[in-house]
Amino acid sequence: MTVPLDSSDMPGPMKHVRKALPHDSAEMHVMGTATYIDDMPEPVGTLHVVPGWAREAVRGRIVSVNLDDVRSAPGVVAVLTAKDVPGINDCSSSFGGDPVLAEDEILFYGQVVFAVVATSRDAARRAAIRAKIEVSPITPILTPEDAIDADTTVLPDYQFRRGSPETGMTAAEEVLEGSMRIGGQEHFYLEGQVAMAQPQESGGMMVYTSTQHPTEVQHTVAKVLGVPDAAVTAEVRRMGGGFGGKESQANQWAALASLAARFTGQACKVRLDRDDDMIMTGKRHDFRVDWKIGYDLDGRIRAVDMEFLARCGYSPDLSLGVNDRTLFHADSSYFYPDASIRSRRLRTDTCSNTAFRGFGGPQGMLAAERMIDAIAIKLEKDPLDIRKLNFYDGERNLTPYGMPVEEFEVMHDLISQLEESSDYWNRRDDVNDFNSANAVLKKGLALTPVKFGISFTLKHLNQAGALVHLYTDGSVHLNHGGTEMGQGLYQKVAQVVAEEFGVTLDKVRITATNTSKVPNTSPTAASSGTDLNAMAAKVAAAEIKGRLIEFLCEQHQCGTDAIRFSDNKVFVADESFPLSEIAKQAHWARIQLSHAGFYATPGITWDRESATGRPFYYFAYGGACAEVTIDTMTGEMTVDRVDILHDVGHSINPAIDLGQIEGGFAQGMGWLTTEELVWDEKGRLRTHAPSTYKIPTAADIPADFNVQLYKGSGNPQSTVYRSKAVGEPPVMLANAVFCAINDAIASLSPGQIPNLDAPATPEAIMKAVQDLRSRRPSS
Amino acid sequence: MRDTIRFLKGGQVVELENVGPTETVLDYLRLRCRQTGTKEGCGEGDCGACTVALGRLVDGKLVYQPVNSCILLLGMIDGAELVTVEDLALDSKLHPVQAAMVEFHGSQCGFCTPGFVMSLFTLYHAHGQEKSRKAVTEWIAGNLCRCTGYRPIVDAALDACFDAADDAFSWRANETRELLQKLADSRDVFIGESDSFFSSPATLDGLAALYGQHPDATLVAGATDVGLWITKQLRDLPKMIWLGRIEGLERVESSPSGVLIGAMATYETTEEAMSDLSPDLGVLWKRIGSKQVRASGTVGGNIANGSPIGDTPPALIALGTTLELHSSEGSRALPLEKFFLDYGKQDRNSGEFVTGLFVPRPSSNQAFRCYKISKRFDQDISSVMGAFRFTIDDGTITDARIAYGGMAATPKRAEHAERALTGALMDDPSTWGAGMQALLSDYKPMTDMRASAEYRMETARALLAKALMEISGTAPDEIRVLAIREADNDRAA
Ligand SMILES: Cc1cc2nc3c(=O)[nH]c(=O)nc-3n(C[C@@H](O)[C@@H](O)[C@H](O)COP(=O)(O)OP(=O)(O)OC[C@H]3O[C@@H](n4cnc5c(N)ncnc54)[C@H](O)[C@@H]3O)c2cc1C
Ligand code: FES
Ligand code: FES
Repeated sequence: MTVPLDSSDMPGPMKHVRKALPHDSAEMHVMGTATYIDDMPEPVGTLHVVPGWAREAVRGRIVSVNLDDVRSAPGVVAVLTAKDVPGINDCSSSFGGDPVLAEDEILFYGQVVFAVVATSRDAARRAAIRAKIEVSPITPILTPEDAIDADTTVLPDYQFRRGSPETGMTAAEEVLEGSMRIGGQEHFYLEGQVAMAQPQESGGMMVYTSTQHPTEVQHTVAKVLGVPDAAVTAEVRRMGGGFGGKESQANQWAALASLAARFTGQACKVRLDRDDDMIMTGKRHDFRVDWKIGYDLDGRIRAVDMEFLARCGYSPDLSLGVNDRTLFHADSSYFYPDASIRSRRLRTDTCSNTAFRGFGGPQGMLAAERMIDAIAIKLEKDPLDIRKLNFYDGERNLTPYGMPVEEFEVMHDLISQLEESSDYWNRRDDVNDFNSANAVLKKGLALTPVKFGISFTLKHLNQAGALVHLYTDGSVHLNHGGTEMGQGLYQKVAQVVAEEFGVTLDKVRITATNTSKVPNTSPTAASSGTDLNAMAAKVAAAEIKGRLIEFLCEQHQCGTDAIRFSDNKVFVADESFPLSEIAKQAHWARIQLSHAGFYATPGITWDRESATGRPFYYFAYGGACAEVTIDTMTGEMTVDRVDILHDVGHSINPAIDLGQIEGGFAQGMGWLTTEELVWDEKGRLRTHAPSTYKIPTAADIPADFNVQLYKGSGNPQSTVYRSKAVGEPPVMLANAVFCAINDAIASLSPGQIPNLDAPATPEAIMKAVQDLRSRRPSS
Repeated sequence: MRDTIRFLKGGQVVELENVGPTETVLDYLRLRCRQTGTKEGCGEGDCGACTVALGRLVDGKLVYQPVNSCILLLGMIDGAELVTVEDLALDSKLHPVQAAMVEFHGSQCGFCTPGFVMSLFTLYHAHGQEKSRKAVTEWIAGNLCRCTGYRPIVDAALDACFDAADDAFSWRANETRELLQKLADSRDVFIGESDSFFSSPATLDGLAALYGQHPDATLVAGATDVGLWITKQLRDLPKMIWLGRIEGLERVESSPSGVLIGAMATYETTEEAMSDLSPDLGVLWKRIGSKQVRASGTVGGNIANGSPIGDTPPALIALGTTLELHSSEGSRALPLEKFFLDYGKQDRNSGEFVTGLFVPRPSSNQAFRCYKISKRFDQDISSVMGAFRFTIDDGTITDARIAYGGMAATPKRAEHAERALTGALMDDPSTWGAGMQALLSDYKPMTDMRASAEYRMETARALLAKALMEISGTAPDEIRVLAIREADNDRAA
């Protein structure tokens, strides 16, 4: 059972912040009244757009596109191709190379070639499959090996290097090397990609879009339509899940809806079919990681050499940041005295891999854990001892990219608390006993750390704006650049604003993120939503409050400390006034009751070119202990128990943070166990529906699941109410499950390192088991 | 003859004249009624976002079942009460399951939430469920949530779903029962024209006649396969005959000699009888699809569909099941394995349909085992499914029936292995080797997204070994991960 956090443990007398309040939309969620884009009333005459594609082609030149049967299908109003794009035919987030509609080439299986606009979605879907597209095939580049052979990348290689790993390897008492494959992951947001565009007068476009990055949708639509950014407004009230999959990947559908709206003059909606969604959009990057590690006989790491070979897909998309973050997390929580950590961003003829919760970090960390496990197995020591031995500490605390790990004590304390609460060492004995008694089933146990860098590694993205109005009835309008995808951002920011104004939460009206209210926003990503937007909103509220205080001081001839805002009232010395009254008076006195707040994260100095400076404001920490059982005859696996301790600083909303931790863990566990993306030998994705792509169900969450928030002294950095970001870090708690499976396999043959690849499906587990058995001197 | 369908919604009888043969309940709700609380997450029965509840009378009792509205045909709710998420709160006072979902922080993005709420609503109204985490997770395994990690939803369910129902639906249950009784008639339903219709005959003879007249029509039982032909394959299916109103077709009759299963008996209604035939069948039944799929899907449909990866055929073949077919020409019966001719091809004549099957009960000298292997335990299609029935006399196997799914183009018996194992000794594992070896000549499995050919072959052999180990008692304490999973659940409870 999970013990709810006692809010009295937390410092500060606060009315709204640090309270386990429900999500702002919780009641609407359960009643079915929360409005998602497909639920919005459709303007009269709304048309429906369905993307069409060459259903067999993977890579090739388009020879001919015959859309006659599509055009003549019932209900079809228009069929659009690249020729119909008035502006620039590109929906990429940064580097270009992502056509909205294919021009002469098919670059991957699922590329959109045309768009059908019809009176109903059903009619458009039926029409879309009638296209005849002839493609002259080009042998596709599919695997990392193919790409290395062809020497093709989407972006230049990059690396961190410290000291001399070559010398380190030679000096080390032992050296191990290996290679592992880490699979990608489909986001499987429950609400698929969707956008509705409504043409406005004089070339304007209003786009309702399910996106984590409304500004980018706005810019993309403007670029595709060939109009100024100011002619386009993008709005999103909520997404039915994002997880990184609606950061850049929402652009194309908003662009198609807008293109169709421009072309027909009617409101147009795109809502992807689940299979199309899974085929057409990018996923978590899959990797081959080649590693080599030098260590001493006590298990201490001397030198590390890692090469991360990522399948980026056909275009750069967000692969720069993703792969950089892999390198930033290739140390997990361990000090590497000498290190060479390299990244190749391979171009493959597959969908363009993209942001996914953790943004490359999970793959980097998993490879680090593999190396630690290998050392432990080789030295026949417990992996946890090797982990702790290599943790950053007071002296050995510089990461390979030169940032000091200042809060190493939090890491040590958190792990030792978890070691205790999970009863790790007794359970290690139990696991050993079980394994010696059972020839078929084997148990494994692992306790792994999380250290995740918080901030965008692209410095300029670390900024946010908010727009706050105080109305003369004392109610507050709240708007900011962050988007709500279920993570509770809107609720947390509202709590912060209510706290600041001393009003009850019902006075704070949360409003949809809209590019005409707060412009030039960063994506809601990198776990930074609250850190950035709550700060900007707090700044805005504080500014308005400051003006009221100034006004009151003058009116009442008192000092600022005589004035207090609380319970929808303003206290001036011993008197109190309804906030509405003060707001009215201030308005009459011609004081502005609206402010656009702005915040830029301080202290970030990362320079990518020279790979120097500080990329992260701070780190978030966590730890997980997992126990699993595997069947060595079939490869089936079950997770028996999981204990988690996670650091969120001083939580703004412990219930929401707990939800992020549990949900992130479950998603990470799915990534590493049941969620397998399978491409066939031709390069066609074969797992493009929930019937073949299996995310965890309720029954996969261990019955014995203990999750706690770490009780520490809060974020040492001056974040909003000393909280820490929590969106992504919990995904990597699931590394414990993967390491536990590895541990179970390793028990079959002490001293031998299993070659378990991720995800650890029954088949992957059997492969590793058989491989290990084939190496074992036959018994 | 009736040319409308009728159902209850919000305490009112709704009568529809205009019912397309392939119109789904989800489209009816979202597009026609503009009731958008019910969501589409996948359109293929796999995510549960579209879950609604259907109330029907079972032996006079009002029973609410969760169903996936995305693959449920509108005509199939004839005679039922349709409950959607909009119907639960009373004047904005939340229903107990809604209130618990809020209290336990059971929603994040909220997109899966209406589906969960409806699943929990049916659990809330379920009779005699034992309060346990396992009962809950089994009930909601067909509802996917990508945000929460499920723990708060399970806690909400444990808190809200196990007390006696006390909501608007229980208060007006008598009234609902009366209304449903009034809706139950024995007229044939036929909506549309002779080249495009939704129909639902009330008698077997009516069905035989109609299907004889329209052998190109699509028969629908629970639509858990047919629904996907519509939503995913966009097939044109202008003529639809639903078998759900034919009296007696839903029968499940247990006797000492075995179980008779009518063509409209669902996984849900057959589970107890199957579990009683063999505990392994009970386990298998619970792992087919999800609660929603099991409430609609029929065993007859699983067989008639003829898929090589259907879970019931291997088990039923190993048990020696007989299939009954009927048409206006008469009836015939055949051993189930003979029904599967080739990939996508069954021994079914024009105008002929399945009426039922008979599953013999294993006798006292017979041991039965079956195992399903899939990437995920719940609601997943098997990569390999193995079923074994050994007749053992004096420690010697005198007869073996072995069938696998996922190993060939049809569910298929392992004839070589069966022969090789006849005469094997239970207490001497060295006599099993020939059988294990023979499997190699019985099957040439395929590689696909679920598993490679090599893994399938290896696992098929492992399952045979497992069955022999378990039956002979030569296995160590426990050799099933699923049993460990159960024990974990019990320990945590
Ligand atoms: C999400 C999901 C999960 C699933 N999981 C599993 C699983 O784990 N294991 C598994 O084996 N299956 C699984 N299935 C498929 C399974 O539900 C179906 O095979 C089901 O048993 C078919 O029954 P039905 O009543 O729904 O048939 P329908 O879909 O109504 O019909 C299926 C076929 O049988 C024909 N048919 C139906 N009744 C008759 C009759 N009386 N005479 C002649 N023909 C008839 C129909 O014309 C059609 O060809 C799953 C399906 C879904 C959607
Ligand atoms: S929409 Fe996914 S099950 Fe119906
Ligand atoms: S709350 Fe988002 S999918 Fe369940």
